Amino acid sequence: MLALIPLFPFLGFVVNSTMGRRLPKGVSGGLASLAMLASFAVSVITVLQLRGFSPEARAIEQTLYTWIASGDLNIALSFRVDPLSAVMILVITGIGSLIHIYSTAYMHDEVDSEFARYFSYLNLFASFMLVLVLGSNFPLMFVGWEGVGLCSYLLIGFWFKKKSANDAGKKAFIVNRIGDYAFILGMLAIFAKFGTLDFQGVASAVAAMPVEAGFGILSLATLLLFIGATGKSAQIPLYTWLPDAMEGPTPVSALIHAATMVTAGVYMIGRNAVLFSHAPETLTIVAVIGALTALMAGTIGLVQNDIKRVLAYSTVSQLGYMFLAMGVGAFGAGIFHLYTHAFFKACLFLGSGAVIHALHGEQDIRNMGGLKKELPITYWTFLIGAIAIAGVFPLSGFFSKDEILFETFVEGHKLLWTIGALTALLTATYMFRLVFLTFHGERRHDAPAAADAHDAHGHAPAPSHGHGSGSHLHDAPPAMALALIVLAIGSVAAGWIGIPHAIGGHNELATWLEPSFSAPRVAGEAAVGEAAAEEGEAAETEHAALELTLMGVSLTIAVAGIAFAYFVWIKRRRVADNMVREFPGLHRLLLNKYYVDELYDATIVQPIKAASTEGLWRWFDVRVIDGAVNGAASIVDGSAGVLRRLQSGSVRAYAGSLFVGVVMILGYYLWR
Amino acid sequence: MIPLSHYLIVSAVLFAIGTAGVFLRRNLITILLSIEIMLNAVNLTFVAFGRFAGDLDGQIITFFVMTVAAAEAAVGLALVIALFRHRESLNPDAFSSLKW
Repeated sequence: MLALIPLFPFLGFVVNSTMGRRLPKGVSGGLASLAMLASFAVSVITVLQLRGFSPEARAIEQTLYTWIASGDLNIALSFRVDPLSAVMILVITGIGSLIHIYSTAYMHDEVDSEFARYFSYLNLFASFMLVLVLGSNFPLMFVGWEGVGLCSYLLIGFWFKKKSANDAGKKAFIVNRIGDYAFILGMLAIFAKFGTLDFQGVASAVAAMPVEAGFGILSLATLLLFIGATGKSAQIPLYTWLPDAMEGPTPVSALIHAATMVTAGVYMIGRNAVLFSHAPETLTIVAVIGALTALMAGTIGLVQNDIKRVLAYSTVSQLGYMFLAMGVGAFGAGIFHLYTHAFFKACLFLGSGAVIHALHGEQDIRNMGGLKKELPITYWTFLIGAIAIAGVFPLSGFFSKDEILFETFVEGHKLLWTIGALTALLTATYMFRLVFLTFHGERRHDAPAAADAHDAHGHAPAPSHGHGSGSHLHDAPPAMALALIVLAIGSVAAGWIGIPHAIGGHNELATWLEPSFSAPRVAGEAAVGEAAAEEGEAAETEHAALELTLMGVSLTIAVAGIAFAYFVWIKRRRVADNMVREFPGLHRLLLNKYYVDELYDATIVQPIKAASTEGLWRWFDVRVIDGAVNGAASIVDGSAGVLRRLQSGSVRAYAGSLFVGVVMILGYYLWR
Repeated sequence: MIPLSHYLIVSAVLFAIGTAGVFLRRNLITILLSIEIMLNAVNLTFVAFGRFAGDLDGQIITFFVMTVAAAEAAVGLALVIALFRHRESLNPDAFSSLKW
């Protein structure tokens, strides 16, 4: 049963990749969407089944066969669904299905074979992501981990005739590879320490150990795993690939940012919650990196002019929040934010896709504006997504973001809380800057910047529509509108399963996820848990007041951010320009993304290039390898030049040497 | 009775004469004849050993050698004729083009 979940999209991939070029668009796109919907249906059934169990027993495991058996190493190909992976499979298949449906309309300008290729990649992507979350051990997770890396490369570079898309695909792949390397090392460290790679086995082994003081093997292993997560989930220092990934088709961005791929790192830490909570050193690093990434990406997002790039930086920033939550030990809050973020980020990306689709490839928000009337569905859904991400009560983003900030505050990380709150302000501001510049004000479609911006960010070759037909725009076609509306509803309502106790909710999600973050039950542990619960009871009332205060603060922050954006980009357009003029250095720094790409280029890419060219190519390859090959040839050549003189062609000389040889051999035997 | 060593000495002398002929003469036919002398020197040894050992093996093998020698002479003379037609010469040193 569990195996069916990744199998359906995989079958879709097989069909579309082998026969897709002969199928009409309706069939290949419909097949891919159906595969996802089937997978979603199975996931729902599985989760309902899971709900029927008692909280401690909520896990279904299915072992297909033994994959690798070698000495102590015994790895089964087995899938396991527990509360944590249940949330993940619902998000992946649910939002994945919507993105598939949306894509059938969005990609309609492609020819049949390209269309099928697109959907085969999309299905493969979802399939690998499902393997990643369902795998019950590290190697199986790694299969999915690598698979999504491959698919991200294929999809980001989907329009492979465009050099920038190819470069972006390669960048995503290579940057991910750095993280993957660390992930493998972390995996090896865990195997060396525990002798098993099964998540359950590792968790119960760790639970028996004391929390590590100082930096030991646990910290090392978790830190390596976290570096792997920074690659996949776009955190400092490996986040640079994500904004460039905007070169892919917009639904792909939605898929990467919302349902799959970038959530893998967060999920991986949640999966190994027991392991990570025994390595406080690593957790501190995780929290700090998360907070810094959130702040840094937020500031960059404030000045970017490409609609998708703003969203990309907001994803990086929100992922920073999730890691902050993971780092302070609030695993439930991190996964909660992952889950709500999936809704509103998918909504925002698909909304931006609808805008780009309507404007035939225009992505520069300086050339937009005033689209509110012409694209009503897109506008309202986008607005809901923006309010949700800004964190306004009672939309989903409010609850999850607030829980993270609350937990951070309660755990005593006041500085990190401040950074988080500041980022919340930035989030509200840049999101509403995006909304106001895109949908409000006057139309700036034919602004002079349009021509070069169009070249730089041209999306699909959209031959059927001319650029000039801008006066009348089409709102999202039905398939796109459906996805947008469902996601907008989700953006509003998704948070309601995690309403905190302080305002009368039950935080059902946190309760649901609880078993996944603790070790498998060991005798005697239950008593400790009860004691902690009693203690918690006393602190509860005190917390509630604090939580309400913090909620008020974050709500104020969100509204302030929106109001600020309204003031600057609607009321007084001058202010924005003035600020740019006042702080030209700062603006340039942010516009160029802190020159991190340039820094990496200068410190890593160029030295590697130079070393490869001068050292490996010009010296090692030309001198050593070619030298060895040519040397062997010239030795043969030289010795043959001497030896060939023996073949004189004179029969008499041959007979003579034969005779001399016989005499010598006989002589040897006679006189020895 | 003539002792074995006498036969062997005669055969060694014959073999040496044949070898010298192969190396020193400049006529392919003479060389072929010298090879025949060498073969017969060997035959003589076989027969002599066979006689002194008291069995027939030496004589049997001599018949084999004679048969092969006849075939060899036929092939060798055919080659000599072919070479002669080609070069108008019987000097082995004229045929040295099979080389580097």
